[in-house]
Amino acid sequence: MSSQSLAGSRIREKRLDRGLRQAAVAETVGISPSYLNLIEHNRRRIGGKLLADLARVLEVDTALLADGVDSETLDQMRGAAAAITSTAEVERTEELAARYPGWGALIAAQARKITALEEKSRVLTDRIAYDPQLAGSLHEVISAVSAIRSSASILVGPEDLDQDWQRRFHQNIYNDSLRLADSSEALIAYLEAPEAVLEQSGSPFEAVESYLDQSGFHIAALEDGADPATVLRDADLLGAAEIVLSRILHCYAADAAALPLAAFEKASRKHHYDPASIAQSLGVSLAMVMRRMAQLPPDQGHPPMGLVICDAAGALSFIKSVPGFTMPRSGGACPLWPLFGALSRPHQPIRLEVEMPAPNATRFLCFALAEPIGPAAFDAPPALQSMMLVLPDPPETANVLRPVGLSCRICPRADCPSRREPALEGITLQAEL
Amino acid sequence: MGKRVLLIEDEPNIIEAISFILSRDGWTVHTHEDGTSAMDKVLALPPDMIILDVMLPGRSGFDILRDLRDNDVTRQTPVMMLTARGQDKDRELAMRLGASLFMTKPFSNSEVRDHVRNLMEA
Repeated sequence: MSSQSLAGSRIREKRLDRGLRQAAVAETVGISPSYLNLIEHNRRRIGGKLLADLARVLEVDTALLADGVDSETLDQMRGAAAAITSTAEVERTEELAARYPGWGALIAAQARKITALEEKSRVLTDRIAYDPQLAGSLHEVISAVSAIRSSASILVGPEDLDQDWQRRFHQNIYNDSLRLADSSEALIAYLEAPEAVLEQSGSPFEAVESYLDQSGFHIAALEDGADPATVLRDADLLGAAEIVLSRILHCYAADAAALPLAAFEKASRKHHYDPASIAQSLGVSLAMVMRRMAQLPPDQGHPPMGLVICDAAGALSFIKSVPGFTMPRSGGACPLWPLFGALSRPHQPIRLEVEMPAPNATRFLCFALAEPIGPAAFDAPPALQSMMLVLPDPPETANVLRPVGLSCRICPRADCPSRREPALEGITLQAEL
Repeated sequence: MGKRVLLIEDEPNIIEAISFILSRDGWTVHTHEDGTSAMDKVLALPPDMIILDVMLPGRSGFDILRDLRDNDVTRQTPVMMLTARGQDKDRELAMRLGASLFMTKPFSNSEVRDHVRNLMEA
């Protein structure tokens, strides 16, 4: 859904932020409450005088209501402020992005670039400090140099050496020089080889997600029964990213074989995208259904669905974002998402409606499930994995919404018992009003 | 017969060079190339001083140093560590485990000879 077409949602958010009743606002601008309700649910387009009147009543810039700023850009802009201690007016992020969308996008892009460069820097540092192959190569070079230096020193030293000793040390120097040449060559080859790997974006997970995002996380070839190895080769990823993608593609192919697309799409529509009902009707595992729901083709009228997967430590190994929803891979996500709650309740599916903080107050319907992965073994701790399917903007219900956020530093919920650290100055519920 | 120095090192040409230098300086040099059986060799001699490489096949020089300092026979034996890794953390670890001296490769022959003399006189 385009930013323009979400103007109604922004009108609703601003009205609720100000505590105004729908009927009162409608009367002020001269329309019926039911018409305003349709506008607020993005079922009627709005512009011109009516938009200007509503902006005046809601005391916001008309452009802000009309164009808005996607919450992902806003989160990245706030994240940029959080990453570097600054005096940026964080409470006016939305205003900045609405007035100068180009600058907003630039700040967000730079924040992403900095994160990717930091990750690359970390990878390089790890290679230098811990890579056994590099350590071994350097050790070989230094050992050869040491031996040559010692032998040469003896030969040019003040002591008289008989011919046997001279011959031996000359031979040693020659042998070590050959060894040095070989080890230097190997070292240079090693240092040059990983350039292609390092040129790939950020972490291997991000490289894989970037590849999958190109097709909306739907891989038509695997749906048609293609060999995952062929798809992997065409993806042209290297190193750790290739290994991560291989695992995902094999799982995708197995799921697609067990749940062919046509039948799965039919069942999904019939059961209104309820994973439990779909799993029950098709007689398959809930986890497989959740994975398949995130693989539905994006151009067939299915609702957008995000999917995140983490391990028992909460480290995210897979993120499929959808409008309004993503999770920070670094810096610690909000622990209130059912993704993490499921880890303490393995095998027990969790269905929960959650709400992001104002001003967007985006709602999501979440389905979470944690299960052991890998082969079962006696007296061994299970390797748990949790996954969460996320459906944005579900129909309103009477259910109590669980307040969640992105991460503490950009979350305005001051009294949250799960807060790890204070929010940035200016990030408060009041400040957003 | 001079005092006994045990050189535990796996590079044959370094062994030959150091052995030559120290022999000419009056020491009796014994050598050993394997980390796993290094302690057996030490206890069989035992030497007056040990030159110990860090990266050895089978067992790290740090582990051997730890054993040397835990053993009553070798607790006071001077140990000079040799390594191609000159990182501060390696130096700190060696000194914390009880090394007498920490030398990084590549080294000069005169340095080795002088340090051995100093440690034996101390």
